[in-house]
Amino acid sequence: MSLTRQSGVPRWVLVPAALGAAFVVLPLVALATRVEWGSFFSLITSDSSRAALWLSLRTSAASTLLCVVFGVPMALVLARTTFRGQSLLRSIVLLPLVLPPVVGGIALLYTFGRKGLLGETIDVLGLQIAFSTTAVVIAQTFVALPFMVVSLEGTLRTAGERYEVVAATLGARPTTVLRRVTLPLVLPGLAAGAVLSFARALGEFGATITFAGSLEGVTRTLPLEIYLQRETDPDAAVALSLVLVVVAVLVIGLVRGTRSTAL
Amino acid sequence: MSLHLEATVADRGVDVSLDIGAHKVVAILGPNGAGKSTVLAAIAGVVRPDTGRAILGDDVLFDVAAGTWQPAYARGTALLAQDPLLFPHLDALDNVAFGPRSAGRTRAQSRATAMTWLAEVDAAELAGRRPSELSGGQAQRIAVARALAAEPRLLLLDEPMAALDITVVPAMRQVLRRVLADRTAVIVTHDVLDALLLADRVVVMEAGRIVESGPTRDVLARPRSAFGANIAGLNLVRGRVEGGAVRTPEGLVVSGLSDEELAPDATALAVFSPSAVSIFLQRPAGSPRNVIAATVTELEPRGAQVRVRAGAISADVTAPVVAELDLAPGAGVFLAVKASEVAIYGA
Amino acid sequence: MRRLAAALLLLVPLAGCSGGARDQADAPEKTLHVYAAASLQNAFTEIGKRFEDANDGVTVKFTFGGSSDLVAQIEQGAPADVFASADTANMDKAVKARVIGGVPQNFASNTLEIVTPPGNPAHIESLRDLTGRSAKVVVCAPEVPCGAAAARVEEAAGLRIKPVSEEQSVTDVLGKVISGEADAGLVYVTDVLGAGAKVHGVTFPESRQAVNTYPIASLRSTHDETLAAGFTDYVVGPEGQSVLSTYGFQKP
Repeated sequence: MSLTRQSGVPRWVLVPAALGAAFVVLPLVALATRVEWGSFFSLITSDSSRAALWLSLRTSAASTLLCVVFGVPMALVLARTTFRGQSLLRSIVLLPLVLPPVVGGIALLYTFGRKGLLGETIDVLGLQIAFSTTAVVIAQTFVALPFMVVSLEGTLRTAGERYEVVAATLGARPTTVLRRVTLPLVLPGLAAGAVLSFARALGEFGATITFAGSLEGVTRTLPLEIYLQRETDPDAAVALSLVLVVVAVLVIGLVRGTRSTAL
Repeated sequence: MSLHLEATVADRGVDVSLDIGAHKVVAILGPNGAGKSTVLAAIAGVVRPDTGRAILGDDVLFDVAAGTWQPAYARGTALLAQDPLLFPHLDALDNVAFGPRSAGRTRAQSRATAMTWLAEVDAAELAGRRPSELSGGQAQRIAVARALAAEPRLLLLDEPMAALDITVVPAMRQVLRRVLADRTAVIVTHDVLDALLLADRVVVMEAGRIVESGPTRDVLARPRSAFGANIAGLNLVRGRVEGGAVRTPEGLVVSGLSDEELAPDATALAVFSPSAVSIFLQRPAGSPRNVIAATVTELEPRGAQVRVRAGAISADVTAPVVAELDLAPGAGVFLAVKASEVAIYGA
Repeated sequence: MRRLAAALLLLVPLAGCSGGARDQADAPEKTLHVYAAASLQNAFTEIGKRFEDANDGVTVKFTFGGSSDLVAQIEQGAPADVFASADTANMDKAVKARVIGGVPQNFASNTLEIVTPPGNPAHIESLRDLTGRSAKVVVCAPEVPCGAAAARVEEAAGLRIKPVSEEQSVTDVLGKVISGEADAGLVYVTDVLGAGAKVHGVTFPESRQAVNTYPIASLRSTHDETLAAGFTDYVVGPEGQSVLSTYGFQKP
């Protein structure tokens, strides 16, 4: 491998850079070395593993959809309007990014739980959120939403409003401008945000275990299954971990793909 | 469709009042930062004026005092900017069809309309191209077609040729000349040719105010502002009437001819062409000329001629003269102009 | 958090132990690292204090966690002297991994109890009440000791509980009951006692079918076999037993 130093990076920088890369890569290699390849396929296709993977994919897809439904309007409001308290709102919206997921789970519990802020209202509507798949989706959406908002708001700001102004002077109403100009222009950012949200939802653990519980096929997603398998069957835990790593790598590849074709 | 506009935009220091007759084209000229684009933006509904109102035909675009505000999409005022800003995700045809589509036409109708407008700007063969596959001149022609396809009641052009390669400007100007005939339009420009060829009237703006306006021919022939004189390529000296001459506050006296009665001490302008100015190294003696002592500040080639700037006054001379007199910035010279070449009129 | 603590513990002795061993003769400063099951936290903290009072110059440091986590850490070389497990299965795992020095001794036992929010809103009176669909019941997953115990109780009683969630630990079960999300849960007697007025306990006869036994043993990696053995003897002895009983543990 030849290294081209285009901007004259000092040579010594390569040493900590290489160490940092090794720090990320080594644990993944270590994980791969611990996989029992002989039983790998049977481990990841056991009933509980398949149930967990299928549940994870379903809930992550639903969360991603919710992130689009709520995140796109939020990003639009943050990027295209100005109002008092906007920067405060932006900070609050981004809070789940830095909040420990367990804290998110506790907060959700006191909001949607039986005794929570909205608990009674939800009860009256005849809905039961605690210990349901809905709770998993809520927890995942809570932690994944900021990824959509951040990604899309950045793209919206970069794209600027000039095309939208032109469209308006050509007689397009705001909804038409949004549908025919704004959204097509920021589609790559929207796709990247959706993929990141999906990945975050797929990896969600802390908020789910705190808020939704853990029951096979209902609330026990892949990360919860891995954490539980570790108790009795470390080989299965390692095999499932590798599955998650592969999914994550695919997701990152997807994001890089959309990014490079877009900007 | 006539336009009446009066507006102030405080944070850009703009305070203007403007009337455009139906089917007339007005050119707004002025230095950078004069507020020309802000005026267009206020008419288009992109900028909110602090006071004033605008009436297009019988239609109130905005009236701050009455609290009336029509959004940009409802005004029928298409805005064409320096940058064509074609929607990158649509091909040329669908870009042009955007206005008709937004007005509720079907896709087929809109594309048919778009095709006629593409043909109108000589770009029919570009219909299937993406904006990224178009040259600057082609893109701007399509932007013109897109603006026209929206059937605007008023067309707003904000330096539409400023970003174009100079080789394609003449063709673009021909296209605009053709499509602007019989339209109500406002064009912001730097180029006096645009004003001459495209506009019926000229408005000159400086520092957010309109400093002069009138029929194009009059403004270019008898400019009343420094900028107007500059773009008309004329020298302008402002002062007070003294005998048959204009005396500036700095004590410079310029004699000339006037076809109007000038009251003594009234404000007046003396205007003369740079080509009427001769340059001498020694003060020319005993001739009936205006002689002004000055220092050369700048030499600028203009075709076969060289424009010599000395303070506020310019002289056009040939290159051999520059060589013979050894002119260079900093050289002390005397500028002479015959009184018969100077027009004096009241300001 | 648990992992971070473990990582820090890995580092601290590296600095402390080498010096400590040399200074042992003139200054009898000794530190004992005890890895103990999370359910022992309150009882062992007190036992540790008493042990320190009874032995001059000795400091007892605890790492509490899930028994299987602790075994995994010890296997990876965590600097522990004593291991106290919440069940015999995890102690067996440790023995198989050849990390145990002495012979494991059973020092306490624990049985399950039904826990409900204060006032018992769902009127749970027996194990059978947990099998209905109306009450939301939370148990531990069968993969963890408290869940294994629950499975044994179910089997012995011939009942099938339909939980809304199978939690990772007793703490998680307790948390869901305290917050009122669940109507009832199955936890250890000691957990009900520890939670005080925040919960209501319902004992049931079938609990005797699944007695959880707590074994303790010193580890091969210990630097001070005498001290490690001293601590295990103290826990098994009358002093330790009296503390354990005040926290609800029964005799093994």
